[in-house]
Amino acid sequence: MADTRYTEEHEWIRVEGDVGTIGITQYAQEQLGDVVFVDVPAAGRKVAKGEACAVVESVKAASDIYAPATGEVVESNAALAETPGDVNAEPTGKGWFFKLKLADKGELDGLMDEAAYDAFVKSLG
Amino acid sequence: MTETPAGPLKRTPLYDLHRELGARLVPFAGYEMPVQYPTGILVEHNHTRTACGLFDVSHMGQVRLTAKPGQNAAKALETLVPGDIAGLQPGQQRYTQFTNDAGGILDDLMVTSTGDHLLVVVNAACKDADLAHMRKHLSATCEVEPMFSRGLLALQGPQASAVLSRLVPQVATMKFMTGAYVVIDGARCYVTRSGYTGGDGYEISTPAEQTDAIARKLLSHPEVKPIGLGARDSLRLEAGLCLYGHDIDTTTTPVEAVLLWSVGKERRVQGGFPGAATVQKQIAEGSSRKRVGLLPEGKAIAREGAEIVIGGKTVGIVTSGGFSPTMGRAIAMGYVERSQSANGTKVDLMVRGKPVPAEIVAMPFVKHAYYRG
Repeated sequence: MADTRYTEEHEWIRVEGDVGTIGITQYAQEQLGDVVFVDVPAAGRKVAKGEACAVVESVKAASDIYAPATGEVVESNAALAETPGDVNAEPTGKGWFFKLKLADKGELDGLMDEAAYDAFVKSLG
Repeated sequence: MTETPAGPLKRTPLYDLHRELGARLVPFAGYEMPVQYPTGILVEHNHTRTACGLFDVSHMGQVRLTAKPGQNAAKALETLVPGDIAGLQPGQQRYTQFTNDAGGILDDLMVTSTGDHLLVVVNAACKDADLAHMRKHLSATCEVEPMFSRGLLALQGPQASAVLSRLVPQVATMKFMTGAYVVIDGARCYVTRSGYTGGDGYEISTPAEQTDAIARKLLSHPEVKPIGLGARDSLRLEAGLCLYGHDIDTTTTPVEAVLLWSVGKERRVQGGFPGAATVQKQIAEGSSRKRVGLLPEGKAIAREGAEIVIGGKTVGIVTSGGFSPTMGRAIAMGYVERSQSANGTKVDLMVRGKPVPAEIVAMPFVKHAYYRG
């Protein structure tokens, strides 16, 4: 079963085997508003945990997306180029950003599980 | 958008209504203002372009100037602005700017003559400074009366006329940039056929205590939806209109900002406003830079602060940039060296360190739809 973890920057990473799929949370898409452009990293790019590697543009502002773990990008969501609104409509489904072959799954231990993330969002008021 | 000074946030007469409507409220120019309602900016933007949007712009500064005995308020105001104010007929409105001694823009404003007095509308972030400026320079000749508690509603879009004329039939035939006193719901209001979306519409100055009831009445019409500051910004950018503090400020002159159309023809010759010498010199010789429209290729958005580059050399800077919902693509405006400012010039906009190819284009991006009768 897939295990989903969350960052304080409101990214989620769903891990299956040694590949993590990354996107932004429902809370993040609500805060951003209408998404009009997503710049995703190309397959083959190596990213370090915490590195800014994608950009999501809403009508209001541009926001960086940070790699929740170290690894190599194996696929990015090309469909977002045509339908960036998927990020608003299905942030944890069709609105995924990219997939990462994880270098060290142990890095995920520091991330929040769903209950911890929900509590974190509540604490933001 | 303008950042907020420290201190408690002020509220407009529509604060409770915004809360009821589920607005996301943000600090803006010292006020708690709706940036968007639950449907979001894209829907609000498109609704304003196709039907009718209601904007709360009560945070803007309304000031009444009334000539003292034997004085002329329009002539007095002309000592502070380059616009032709003395030439305003009763009921006519004009766009102009307060300039400083270097010809820089202190604020931009709308001035309407009622025949008896002048009604001035200035930007929220500048209104205290503008009031002090007018009091300092105009108190000898005019009564300078701030009306900062009044409401100001903008009703904008192709259905605005149909909606407002149900309440006030006379507004249907009002022309763009004219104004009149009207009665709405028993309240004496001043309506102008104007706005800042590039579309048809009205701005309605309302007594503070009746603003909420009038707004609710307008929203009861099926064509009308509430619209926040987010869509107000994307609408004005499509219309190629300047946002003070971003596209114009004290470092830009009306000539550089390509606002010369708003400078009276006689006033270009005769001067008599702060910074006239600089403005006249720029009219004669051209300014070193000018404001242009920019159409980026692709979908990346070049926002305020992005450098404009030609062949690796920086030739200017983006002052406003965003997504145009009407065009479904990114648009921007900025300043470039005049020698590089011709329409069709290819440039690169630096977005997160990467060049985004773009072309200098004429503005507006979306054709104005003003009602000229």
